[in-house]
Amino acid sequence: MEAMSPLERVLRGIALTLVVVFFMFPIVWIFLMSFQTNETILRIPPSIVFTPTLDNYAALITGKLQTAAGTLDIAFMRNLGNSVFLSVVSVAVALALGVPAAYAFARHKFRGSEDIAFTLLSFRFAPPLLVLLPLTQYFQWLGLSNTYFGLIWVYQLICLPLILWIVRGYFEDISADVEYAYRIAGHSWFSTFRKIALPLAGPGIAAAGLLAFIFAWNNFVFALVLASADKQPVTVGALAFVTASGIQYGQIAAAIVLSITPTLALALYAQRYLVEGLSLGAVKG
Amino acid sequence: MASVTQTRAVPRGFRISKRVLPYVLSLPALLVCIGILIPFFSAVVYSFQRYRLSQPWARQFNWGENYLNFFTDSGFWNTLRVSLLYAGTTVILELLLGLGIALLLQRRSTVNNFISIMLLLPLMTAPALAALMWKLMTNPGFGILSYFASLIGLENFRWASSPDTALLTVVLVDIWVYTPFIMILLLAGLRSLPTQPFEAAALDGVPRTFVFFRITLPMLTPYILTATLFRLLDSIQQFDIIYAMTQGGPGDTLTVFQVEAYLNFFQSTNVGRSAALLIILWAITYTLSNVFIKNWLRLRERARGEA
Repeated sequence: MEAMSPLERVLRGIALTLVVVFFMFPIVWIFLMSFQTNETILRIPPSIVFTPTLDNYAALITGKLQTAAGTLDIAFMRNLGNSVFLSVVSVAVALALGVPAAYAFARHKFRGSEDIAFTLLSFRFAPPLLVLLPLTQYFQWLGLSNTYFGLIWVYQLICLPLILWIVRGYFEDISADVEYAYRIAGHSWFSTFRKIALPLAGPGIAAAGLLAFIFAWNNFVFALVLASADKQPVTVGALAFVTASGIQYGQIAAAIVLSITPTLALALYAQRYLVEGLSLGAVKG
Repeated sequence: MASVTQTRAVPRGFRISKRVLPYVLSLPALLVCIGILIPFFSAVVYSFQRYRLSQPWARQFNWGENYLNFFTDSGFWNTLRVSLLYAGTTVILELLLGLGIALLLQRRSTVNNFISIMLLLPLMTAPALAALMWKLMTNPGFGILSYFASLIGLENFRWASSPDTALLTVVLVDIWVYTPFIMILLLAGLRSLPTQPFEAAALDGVPRTFVFFRITLPMLTPYILTATLFRLLDSIQQFDIIYAMTQGGPGDTLTVFQVEAYLNFFQSTNVGRSAALLIILWAITYTLSNVFIKNWLRLRERARGEA
């Protein structure tokens, strides 16, 4: 491993370059496209030489999109707001519900605890439509269809199992002796939970919350089935751009850039937590 | 933190008995999920009914007819075939690629760490949006990939709009999004392997192919299995990429389980068939995930035991 022949070094370099190009190219290309007009996008052969314009973003922000047939009102900023609201509130609710439950599963082997934990985990693996399609009818009866409340409730299916399983692993890693010592000193279980367990599991809770946020943001099918245009997040809203005919391609690209920027920025900002969360969630639990 | 508000309602000095406490803590989470379990049972009931949204008056139990009909239903066999093909191709290709990239990045260096962080980005892109990005790149009019295809002699390569290449196109998007997932897991695995066997092998001058197949691969197997099953479960249920890219088309080329069930429900309003399809998919994933969870628990125990 220490000594690499020059040939091997070159081959590795080429392989890594190809990998980076394949995985980065789409993001870079769409980013470039978002600063172009139809005129420069439609050039053949394509070229990366163009005068950048912010028109596409301006059109999205004002909600008036230029199409071949005139202007079209699409409230994309509303979609963006929905995404932020749905993801933030869903994660907050999931943390409030999931962290105490994870603590219970980690600290107390109570009757049925493993079964319950498995049931919750199995949500992660069930086909979402199996629940969503009947749910459309229940939501109609309950008056929950196309409400934020209903959507956030259903988003718990994504966030809760994730938080439960990652945070549980962190709680299990905290030595019970530390907590016991604190209890012996006359503190209640609740202050033990708050003063000892929560801070020690802090990084795990952060990782789980971050992952849950990204999963919630990236979710597509829940809102596709349960929300109409005014409550839809960006993932569903952007689809309307492609199906609506004649929208300028640069505007579609700009909408995609705005939709993926938050998760990508978060991922870069907190990549260490993220990798830890991903691999814990999958390997260690 | 949020539990502060939850428990503050409990008067000071009130002691929750040790036996009840875990239930109290996990109950809210359970209640939220149980509410969502009810539709699951409705889906089971629907799957045993003749139930079309267009003919609500004709709704009645037909006990298994939806399932029996599948045997003679070429649409169903197409769904099964495409789903398995999609899952099989994506998982095998992603595994090979992910393993290759993880091996390339194994050594800790600034460049390698930077690249592995960059590779997180596709994984953090919403699959539905990733499909739209590739749709823009494969547009026959101005798509850069269509242009590249024409450069290597593939004039009029139609990507997702031709039945011959639609599967290839969505598989490509899946690979773009999810290979980094496998790469991350395997890289974590590779870097956590004990170094002694490798040092010993290097001292003895053991050939590197031998080291790879006899030491690296066996030691990495638990990670490979986990990554594979995780991806397999996701991939056989893939909806976002395929729906955003082609909505199951052209024709019925890409009507995988969830896409077919969605179209059955909302377009042909055949709720019974849609539910039966999803139950079959659920049976497949349930079997797979049981295998997965057992394997996972063993891994966890092993990780704990050694740590």
